[in-house]
Amino acid sequence: MSLDTFADSTPVDPTAEARRQIEICNACRYCEGFCSVFPAMTRQKAFADGDITQLANLCHNCRGCYYSCQYTAPHEFALNLPAALAEVRQESWERLIHPTAFARKFQTNGLAIAGLLVAALTAFFWILAVLRPMMGNGFYAYLGHNAMVAIFVPAFLAPLAVIGLGLRTYWREVGGGRIRLSHLQSALSQAGRMRNLSGGQGQGCNFEQGDRYSDRRRIAHQAVMWGFLLCFASTASGTLMHYVLGWQAPYPMWSLPKLLGVPGGLLMVTGCAALIWLKLRADPALGAARVWGGEMAFVVLLGAVAATGLALYAVTGTGVVGPMLALHLASVLTLFLLMPYSKMVHGFFRLAALLAEAGKPPPAGGGA
Amino acid sequence: MKDWPEIFDVAIVGGGNAALCAAITAAEAGATVLILESAPPVYRGGNSRHTRNFRCMHAEPLSVLTGSYAEDEYFDDLLLVTKGQTDEHLARLVIRSSEECLPWMEARGVRFQPSLSGTLSLSRTNAFFLGGGKALVNAYYNRATDLGVRVAYEAEVTHVHREGDSVTHLEARIAKQPATISARAFVLASGGFQADLDWLARAWGPAAKNFLIRGTPYNRGVVLRDMLDQGAESVGDPTQCHAVAIDGRAPQFDGGIVTRLDCVPFSVVVNREGDRFYDEGEDVWPKRYAIWGRLVAAQPDQVGYSVIDSKAIDLFMPSVFPPVKADTVAELGAKLGIDGAALDRTVSAFNAACQPGTFHPTTLDGLRTHGLNVPKTNWARPIDTPPFYGYQLRPGVTFTYLGLKVTDAAQVQTEGGLLQNVWAAGEIMAGSILGQGYLAGFGMTIGTVFGRIAGREAAAHVA
Repeated sequence: MSLDTFADSTPVDPTAEARRQIEICNACRYCEGFCSVFPAMTRQKAFADGDITQLANLCHNCRGCYYSCQYTAPHEFALNLPAALAEVRQESWERLIHPTAFARKFQTNGLAIAGLLVAALTAFFWILAVLRPMMGNGFYAYLGHNAMVAIFVPAFLAPLAVIGLGLRTYWREVGGGRIRLSHLQSALSQAGRMRNLSGGQGQGCNFEQGDRYSDRRRIAHQAVMWGFLLCFASTASGTLMHYVLGWQAPYPMWSLPKLLGVPGGLLMVTGCAALIWLKLRADPALGAARVWGGEMAFVVLLGAVAATGLALYAVTGTGVVGPMLALHLASVLTLFLLMPYSKMVHGFFRLAALLAEAGKPPPAGGGA
Repeated sequence: MKDWPEIFDVAIVGGGNAALCAAITAAEAGATVLILESAPPVYRGGNSRHTRNFRCMHAEPLSVLTGSYAEDEYFDDLLLVTKGQTDEHLARLVIRSSEECLPWMEARGVRFQPSLSGTLSLSRTNAFFLGGGKALVNAYYNRATDLGVRVAYEAEVTHVHREGDSVTHLEARIAKQPATISARAFVLASGGFQADLDWLARAWGPAAKNFLIRGTPYNRGVVLRDMLDQGAESVGDPTQCHAVAIDGRAPQFDGGIVTRLDCVPFSVVVNREGDRFYDEGEDVWPKRYAIWGRLVAAQPDQVGYSVIDSKAIDLFMPSVFPPVKADTVAELGAKLGIDGAALDRTVSAFNAACQPGTFHPTTLDGLRTHGLNVPKTNWARPIDTPPFYGYQLRPGVTFTYLGLKVTDAAQVQTEGGLLQNVWAAGEIMAGSILGQGYLAGFGMTIGTVFGRIAGREAAAHVA
C-alpha cells in the first residue's frame, strides 16, 4: 500500500474529502482544545456520511485548526479542514432544504439575492400605490395593518416550515436522539456565548489576521445575533401590544418595541458592518469559496433590514416615510423568504448540530 | 532586504523553538536580531512544528499541569531512558529552569491545553500546546516580529566564518542568492543532521536507506558539519537519535505525529522472518515507544510487523493509514508480504504460552507468557479472534544526537577553548543531555531553556 490513497487527483465529493481529512485529524488530535469538532471525532474511527454532516455543521469555521496544522499544503496530506467542512456544510443545506434549486441559487449567488430584493421593492411600491388606506396612523397610513399581516405572516411561517422539514431530515441523517432539557440548555448556552468561535480559551479565532488570534469576529457575530433577537422581540412585543392591549403603532420612544428595536437595530448595523470588513480581509480559501458572494450579499441584506428600520423611525412625520417604508418592507420580506435559502439557515443547522452533540455520550478519547 | 542594518547584534541560525526563544530573549534585552530560517514560511519552525508538549518540573499544579513533578523524579526519569548517558550538571540545569519557562512561554503567546485524549498519563509531567507545535511556532514568530526581529526565510547558512576564537560572519544563500551576514554574536540552533540521508548512511551503514524521517527535511546538519570541521568539540554518537517505530507507509519526510502506532503493547511484533525479537509488553507505551525505532532498525531490512486481533483494535489511537486486515493469521502474513506459515507458527506458539488472568490495557497487568525465549511480560492475550490486523513498522528518526559541546551558558567549545561570540541551543546541542533514549517532551524543554540562555548571553555580549 502506498500514499496513493492521498495522491488521487480525480475530484472527490465533499463528504469523501472531509472524511479523508478527518481520519488524519483523528490520528493527530493536536487541535482538541479549539472547539467541539475535534473531541466529537474521537468517538469513532470510521465515519459514516451522517457523522461527516454532523461534524461539518458543528464546525463554526474559526480556522484555528488550519493555522495550527502541520499538514497543510504543500504537505502531501494537504489538510484544509475548515474549507472541507464548509463545503460539506454548504452541500448539506443545499441538499436538505427544498426546493434544492432555490437553495443552490441563493446560497451561491449574491446577484440573485439583490434581484429578489429589487423585485420585492418594485412590488411594495406598487402595493403602496394601489392599496394605500383611507386612514391610519404612522406607517399604517401607507399600508394597512391587515395588508401587512396578510403579506408577512405567510412570508415568515412558510420559510420556517421549509426549514423545519430540512431539520427533520438532518436529525435522522446524523442519528440525533431524544432531546432533553439539559441538551437544549447546553446548545443554547454554547450558541449564546458562541463558544466555538472563542478559540477554546477566549482568545478568539483566526480570521482577519492570519495566524494571530482575534475576538473581533465573535464580537461582531454576537452583535448581529443578539441585535436580531432584540429586533425580533421588538416585533413580538408590538404584536402583543396590538392584539392583547389593543395599543396600535406608532409607539413612542419609551415603549417596549422601541426600547428593544432601536438598540437591536444599532447592534445589527454595527455588527454587519464589522462582519463585512472582516470578511473582506479573511482568506476565502479557508471557507466554501464558491458561496462567498451569496454570504456577503446576505450580510449586506441583514444590515439593510436593520438600517432601513432605523431610518424609518428617523424619518417619522416627513414626506419620505412612504419610500422608506417600501425599502424596509422589501428588505424584510426578502430576508424572510430567503431564510431557508441563504446563510441565515446556518443558525438553525448549527443549533441542531450543537443539540445533537449534547445528546451524545461525552467523548471518551482514544483508548489507552 | 536592503533595509537591513549592516551588522546585526545577534544572528540566529535556525527558525525552530530554540532559535525563537533565543531571538525573543535577545530582542527583549534590546539587541537587533536576525533569524535565518532555511525553510519557506509554510514549513518554518523545524521539528518544533511537529511537537506537542513540553516536559516541565513543578512543585505544585501549574497552568494545565496537575500535581507536582520534582527535580529528582524528573532526573530519575531521564537517567532511566538514557541509561546514565547524560551530563548531570546540564540536565539538572534544564530540569530546574523548566518551571520558570512555562509562564514565560504563556506570556509570549503560547497556549496550553490539558493532556490530549489518548495521550496516556502525561497530564502531570507534560504541558500540551493548544493546536500543537505549529501554534507555538506561530505565537513566537508573531512575538518576535512585534519586537522588531527580522526573519529571512529560505536562508540556508553554508559556512560559519571563524577567525581565531570568534566568528565574524555567516555565508548563506537566501532565496538562492548568495549573501553574507555580519553580526556581533551568533546563536546556532539549526537542529540535527537526520535529513541528510547520506550522513545517516555513513553512521549507520546501508540500513539507513530504510529509515524514515519524521520531521522537517530542512535539518541537514550543514552548520553542524561546518563547525565540527572547524574544530568545534562534539558530543554524542552519530548513531544515536530519537527514533520510534512508525507506520511503514509514512512519507520519507514530515510524516509527523500521525504516523506513530500505539498498538505495539497489545500486539506481537515479528521481523521479516516471522520471528518475535523483543518483549512488546515490557512497560507502558510512553516509557517504551522511544526504544522501538532502534529495535526495528536492528532487524533484517529494518522492518517489523505488529499483529493484533479484533479484541485490540479499539485499544489505541486510530492510525492514519488503515491496517492490513485478514481472516486468518497466515493470510495476514501473506498480505503483509512475509511468510504466512511462519507468522502463524509464531502466533500459535505465543497463544499457547499465554496464561489466564485479567487483562487491563492501561496499567501493567502482569499478564505474561510462559516458556517463550522472548517473553511478553504484560498484556499477553492470545491473538485468536478474527479479523486479524497488521501494520508494517519502520524506524522513524526524529532527531540525531551528535552535536556541539556547550557550557552551561550555552557557549560553544573548540579544542582551543571557548568561542567568544557563539552559542548553541536546541537539537544541535541536545546530545550533551540525551546520550541515548528519549523522554517525551524533553526536546522542547532543552530547546526552550538553552534558547533562552543563548539569547540572554548573546545579548549581554553585545550590550
